[in-house]
Amino acid sequence: MSLLLDVADVSKCFGGVQALQNVGLQVECGSIVGLIGPNGAGKTTLFNVITGLYPADAGIFLFDGVAYSPESMSKVTKAGLARTFQNIRLFGGMTVLENVMVGCHCRSKAGILGAIFRLPSTRREEQSIRTKAKSLLAYVGLSGFANIQARNLSYGHQRRLEIARALATEPRLLALDEPAAGMNATEKLELRELLLHIRNDGITILLIEHDVNLVMGICDQLTVLDYGQVIAAGKPADVRVHPEVIRAYLGQGAV
Amino acid sequence: MDILLQQIINGLVLGSIYALIALGYTMVYGVLGIINFAHGEVLMIGAMVSLSLLRLILSFTNDLPGWLTLLIVLPLTMAVCAGLSYLIERIAYRPLRNAPRLAPLISAIGMSILLQTIAMMIWSRNPMPYPQLLPSAPIEVFGSEATITGKEIVIIVVALVVMCGLLFLVEKTKLGRAMRATAEQTQIAALMGVNPNRIISITFMLGGALAGLAGVMIASNYGNAHFYMGFIPGLKAFTAAVLGGIGNLRGAMLGGLLLGLIESLGAGYIGEFTGGVFGSNYQDIFAFLVLIFVLVLRPTGLLGEKVSDRA
Amino acid sequence: MLKRIPILRGCPYWLFGLLALLLLPWLVGASGGNYWVRVLDFALLYIVLALGLNVVVGFAGLLDLGYVAFYALGAYSYALLASPHLPHQFEALATAFPEGMHYSVLLVAVLAIFIAAVFGILLGLPTLALRGDYLAIVTLGFGEIIRILMNNLDRPLNLTNGPKGIASIDPIHFFGMNFAKPIDLGFISVPGLYLVFYLFLLLAIGVAIVCLHLQNSRIGRAWIAIREDEIAAKAMGINTRNMKLLAFAIGASFAGLAGVFFAAFQGFVSPESFTLWESIVVLAMVVLGGIGHIPGVILGAVLLAIFPEVLRSVAQPVQNFLFGHAVVDVEVIRQLIYGLALILVMLYRPGGIWQKRGDV
Repeated sequence: MSLLLDVADVSKCFGGVQALQNVGLQVECGSIVGLIGPNGAGKTTLFNVITGLYPADAGIFLFDGVAYSPESMSKVTKAGLARTFQNIRLFGGMTVLENVMVGCHCRSKAGILGAIFRLPSTRREEQSIRTKAKSLLAYVGLSGFANIQARNLSYGHQRRLEIARALATEPRLLALDEPAAGMNATEKLELRELLLHIRNDGITILLIEHDVNLVMGICDQLTVLDYGQVIAAGKPADVRVHPEVIRAYLGQGAV
Repeated sequence: MDILLQQIINGLVLGSIYALIALGYTMVYGVLGIINFAHGEVLMIGAMVSLSLLRLILSFTNDLPGWLTLLIVLPLTMAVCAGLSYLIERIAYRPLRNAPRLAPLISAIGMSILLQTIAMMIWSRNPMPYPQLLPSAPIEVFGSEATITGKEIVIIVVALVVMCGLLFLVEKTKLGRAMRATAEQTQIAALMGVNPNRIISITFMLGGALAGLAGVMIASNYGNAHFYMGFIPGLKAFTAAVLGGIGNLRGAMLGGLLLGLIESLGAGYIGEFTGGVFGSNYQDIFAFLVLIFVLVLRPTGLLGEKVSDRA
Repeated sequence: MLKRIPILRGCPYWLFGLLALLLLPWLVGASGGNYWVRVLDFALLYIVLALGLNVVVGFAGLLDLGYVAFYALGAYSYALLASPHLPHQFEALATAFPEGMHYSVLLVAVLAIFIAAVFGILLGLPTLALRGDYLAIVTLGFGEIIRILMNNLDRPLNLTNGPKGIASIDPIHFFGMNFAKPIDLGFISVPGLYLVFYLFLLLAIGVAIVCLHLQNSRIGRAWIAIREDEIAAKAMGINTRNMKLLAFAIGASFAGLAGVFFAAFQGFVSPESFTLWESIVVLAMVVLGGIGHIPGVILGAVLLAIFPEVLRSVAQPVQNFLFGHAVVDVEVIRQLIYGLALILVMLYRPGGIWQKRGDV
């Protein structure tokens, strides 16, 4: 199995705080990898650095074997690495359908002249964008909400919309930051099904999550961060009994 | 050499005034994170109000020494400007604290226009002469041909004293600590017992008072006052605040002085540098060019610190 | 309602609207005179300006306070290429153009679109990393720089004729039609001002259609995404840098286009027409009408273009009647109302008078 994402020796300092220290992460093609750890461990920081929101102080980044320098979020997305955000960042003033259509931006090419003059090729592309967006909404189960303002969706639906939007960028690796946060048990089951469905359709998933059941249930591999360092990595069954992991979550006395 | 000295003196006078105005911008930015677009108009109202007060006093008696008249008029003017600044914050900014970022800015622009029109209605559309109460006789400096007037000396000294007073207030007093806490972390400061709304109001009032003082200085220096006089100095003072590092008090002072010097020297020498193509009538452009260069090349300004982002 | 009239049954509603627009100059001219037709003509130019600013402010969320600079560029382009000024100043040009410089307004319009777009990109470049308020101030600075340049480029070479401005600019003429003179259609004679109305109406409609196309396109969505959340937009693979520059360029080009026709219509340009106040007036039209909402922006432009004129014709006699003389200058009242309008709209109806449906 080849590695889709391979980052090593990633470090990031914020003022006096060492948020990440020599962190490594490997994600195999076609797998679901979980990134877990106590709050403040640096999980979202790692995401941000990998996807180019801000630069790391050090690190080697390989996507599908090709080295990349994560400086620009839009370039990273175009290369095939899409992400969602911990605090949902939807385009609130747009409809649900329009949000997904924005996701199609980087895979379409109509330019300014096409837009102004509504050339036939542009109109065809618009139609295909619209069709694709509608099918993605159906995929995540939001078909009925297409024309609703995104900010009026329920929390769980907003999270699903973010996933649909990220899928619209045709990623090879989908990086989800706490997709189950705030969901109830039913919604989490539906999310689980959705994630498995996405993986089965050929998209690799990297997942930050706090819900232990969800993570243990679907992840092929886990990487555990604590205070900016990797303390364990491997199969879920091995990780859950790892003494360092237990200590990190439950404290010294629990080991 | 004499021209250089003269331009430096002019620059220091200009710079002191810019520094006073810049402090208002930088303090407001520190606690609210926005640019108080209407600040320049507070300056203008200060000049106008002081003009009316001066006319009132002078209509009763001509016998008071100039400095005494000013001494009576200044605190009143500064109080009025403090109150005006307070009102601006309550009307145009406070209700829009959670609105999208363009809203307070547009509201401030509207406030700026409103204040100009009110000035036009109460006073006049035409420039009005400002009484010269301080000595304007040129005094030779160091035996050279450069001169300075008593008025200019007073401006520099008063500005310096006020700036030191403000630094003392902010750095050594309880109120100042509260202001700095609010500027850094408003919600945490609130948890510590600071009333952010009160601090914000006080910040605006302090800035307003300084602007009023600056308005009197500008009107005295140029000998007239008119409704549009706040706009350009306001913009330039904002540039000075950015140059020094927005949010940083010493930065605002440094930026103000520097900008005054840049402008003065630039206007004085531009003719020579460009072989007469550009003359001193391009003076105002310097401030805008400085602004653009600073924001593009070193947005944190001279004394500002790099703030790293956390997503 | 109009459909109750038997002869009009069967006509679609938009036909009535079109008919009303076509008849408008005649109705207005007959009741108010040529002055009011001129007001209508200027209102149409303001529609073009407001729609252009709407692309920058309303779609992309970039507060451009120096917008009037592009208007000035367009106006001065035509002023320089279609007036006696340049040949008068420079011998070489006088000999090269023995009959004077009379470039066609259409040609200069196309040229101005490109010039303005280039300057739009130049203005946009340094502002790319700036947040809202800084961007506003920097663009304001640019606008002022352009105005100061226009005011002072009469030495050492007299390019712009400084504060005196450039006069005797050619009126609008193309395809043999001269819009300063009436056209005799046999049964009716259409005065020049009315012809200008129809021309400007076509212009405004064209610009509105372009804006609609842009709004519902991939690029329009990218702009709105940037306005809503720039980081999320980047995460969607949008090249925010290029999109912002594009917004500046398009907005600027509309202003440049309007500027050319302004110069041709007015016959005279001077730096006084292009102050910060004009930028604020156009901003007020966008904000008041409905920021980002094309019909709202058109409404805002029409209201704020016509209102001061109505005010002028009402306020003077009313004040004279009440007080015997003008207590407050009409210009002052106008400014007062603009200032209040901006504040009140932001406080109580930030989406504008005619908001986009679905907006809070």
